[in-house]
Amino acid sequence: MTALRTGLQQIRRYPSALVGLGIIVGLIVLAIAAVFIIPYEEAIRLWRGGEDVWQESPRYAQPAWVNLFSAKKLPETIVLSTLSPSVKKTRSDKTVTISLAFDYAYDDFPSELTLFFQAQYRELLPYARLSWRTPDGREISLGERKLSASDRYSISQDTRLERRLGNRPPEVGLFAAPTAPQVPLKGRYELQITGTLFEEHSDIDAKLVVYGKVYGLAGTDHKRRDLMVALLWGAPVALAFGFIVAIGTSLTTLIIAAIGAWYGRWVDALIQRITEVNIILPTLVILIIVGTFYSRNIWVMMLAITALSIFGAGIKVYRAIFLQIKESPYIEAARAYGASNLRLIVRYMTPRVIPVLVPGFVTLIPSLVFLEASLGVLGLGDPVLPTWGKVLNDASTNGALYKGYYYWVLSPSVLLMITALGFSLLGFALDRIFNPRLREL
Amino acid sequence: MTETIRRVVTYTVYRVVALALTVVVGVYLAILIANMGGYVDQIRKAQIDEAVGASVLGDRSLQGLPPSELRRIIDQRKEIEYKRLGLDKPFIVRSFAYLWDALTLNLGRSEQLSSDSGSRQVRLILLERLPATLLLFGTANLLLFFFSLFAGLWLSRRYGGFLDRLVIALTPTSVAPAWFYGIFLILIFASLLKVLPFGGMVEAPPPKDTLQYALSVLKHMILPTLALWLSSIFISIYSRRTFFLIFASEDYVEMARAKGLPSGIIERRYILRPTLPTIITQFAFLLIGLWGGAIILETVFNWPGIGRLTFQAIGLYDTPVIVASTVIYAYLLALTVFLLDIVYALVDPRVKVGAEGGAL
Repeated sequence: MTALRTGLQQIRRYPSALVGLGIIVGLIVLAIAAVFIIPYEEAIRLWRGGEDVWQESPRYAQPAWVNLFSAKKLPETIVLSTLSPSVKKTRSDKTVTISLAFDYAYDDFPSELTLFFQAQYRELLPYARLSWRTPDGREISLGERKLSASDRYSISQDTRLERRLGNRPPEVGLFAAPTAPQVPLKGRYELQITGTLFEEHSDIDAKLVVYGKVYGLAGTDHKRRDLMVALLWGAPVALAFGFIVAIGTSLTTLIIAAIGAWYGRWVDALIQRITEVNIILPTLVILIIVGTFYSRNIWVMMLAITALSIFGAGIKVYRAIFLQIKESPYIEAARAYGASNLRLIVRYMTPRVIPVLVPGFVTLIPSLVFLEASLGVLGLGDPVLPTWGKVLNDASTNGALYKGYYYWVLSPSVLLMITALGFSLLGFALDRIFNPRLREL
Repeated sequence: MTETIRRVVTYTVYRVVALALTVVVGVYLAILIANMGGYVDQIRKAQIDEAVGASVLGDRSLQGLPPSELRRIIDQRKEIEYKRLGLDKPFIVRSFAYLWDALTLNLGRSEQLSSDSGSRQVRLILLERLPATLLLFGTANLLLFFFSLFAGLWLSRRYGGFLDRLVIALTPTSVAPAWFYGIFLILIFASLLKVLPFGGMVEAPPPKDTLQYALSVLKHMILPTLALWLSSIFISIYSRRTFFLIFASEDYVEMARAKGLPSGIIERRYILRPTLPTIITQFAFLLIGLWGGAIILETVFNWPGIGRLTFQAIGLYDTPVIVASTVIYAYLLALTVFLLDIVYALVDPRVKVGAEGGAL
């Protein structure tokens, strides 16, 4: 134990270890913060939520901070709803006039335009006429429609409107000036809805969403989800995965190696044979089989990984050390005073290996973090949890690299790399501290 | 002398038996896992039920038959299909048949996958994919092995220098797997700079001319090879360098230096020679590691090798292919371990065969 303590005190002499330690502490803080900012149920609801949860965020939006680095300002999402007080809605006897007006000052066209309706009626459906007014005073009719209780009009997907606008997508055609069709016209746009009601208690509410091309700190994916949810929640998942599996395997391996070395004979032989069989089995293939055939639940995966790594190469290393320790005089002394086998293994033998175990344990964590990400990339991540690997998987199945959605690939990768580097910087330094042969080199 | 021969023979027999047992148990476990202890049978039966049901109900010539008659036809066809795939016998019985087939390398026929030439023979499917894996991983690993060997030797002479410290500082980056570097390389060279392809092994349609074909393959190889190389180059150089340094600080090396031997001879005779067994081991394991390739790297780069084949096979519940890939790996591993024991005895005079246990 004193060896461990003096070793740990030496960390201060290794700047890389301090950097690594700093990163690890930062990650742990981030992980705790993530759990507090977005509680588990909320994170699952957001991540599993479909269009209903993410109605007001754009698809494939870049992080909003890209605007800071570029002269061309990309649009943010504008939401105008009659439920908010800033929108004018006047109602007379049989007609409702809704004016959804907004200032548009961006250098690029929106990504999508959608109008959501909610109508109240008993039998006769209300009727609405839509008209679009541009800053230069042109008026474009968006047609007329009957409104059911909950209705949506995807303006961007209106092919008839697209043809009328000169075969340009509506989100471009409605914003472009006739003289300079490459850039959106800046100024005040207005969507006017004139509703005709046929019943006394009938009413119309409308919401216009002008989807932008940037969103939040992390951008969004193909399902309009804010990537921040997954990036934040990836940290606690990755850390918990790494820690739990690393502790589980290291301790079990240690104890099994000690038992084998202590009892010797057939126990030792059995452990050696199991290890050899286990080395023949391809770990990743088995994990993929478990994920495909059985369950992708993160706990099942952790159990499978632990089971496959207990009888790994580590057992041979520990065994060699234990065989040496077994012969040392203090063990003989402990035996002489009548210590039990269990006491000898747990109290006298295993602590001696901890200086070897600790660096191994720390360097095991990043490889586990990457293993979890690898499973995610193969589409075998936990079906419920948001993780970095799953973000990468979504990105690759949606061709993020082909289509140029770099943020989608880069943000989870950078987080993965930082996490892995933190642990491996510390692990390598610890290895040099505890491994006297390496210390001078 | 007879004593030595007796010892060598006993030892060899012991090793062969132990390794054979390991392979048998390992392969049997692999069969159990690849079938999920019989669970895959249920999935397969359900798939057959669905397919047969759909084909009978969709069959125009059978329309108009009474439902009971249709039921009977469906059941009959299901039974035939079960029998064809051997699903009528209990799993435990079949598992031993599978084991025997696997051990005798009677790899059989796949269930879903077929080779590009249309064959269902697992042997042909694997052989078709093997060149792709060998080409990519062989090139990358040989480059890696020899580069790190010489770089390590070179650095061990200049340890403490700038390059040495740079390698030590970069070593922690090797924790990221090759596919991770692959993503970055694709992003930079394929997506941003558009100079190299995103993936695949040859452009489509493949060039007719052999030289053009080779050039195209070479171009497709650059990124995956670089990804593999980058992911382990620093740790390889670091471990080689440290390894050589440990041996270079032995007393007999000091002695040789004191005698004034030229550094080339010291390196070859006093440092490389005693490290040879370890280097050979690493090289051997590198060679068998080529089998199987890397599942994720091949998936990321769309490389048509054994790794991606295994992944596809698992997705299609194609257990014969999974088991075949595992059994070949197990044999290669056991054979290598056995050969290494012999090679050790040849290159390392300190190893006395059969005296005290053995490696692995």
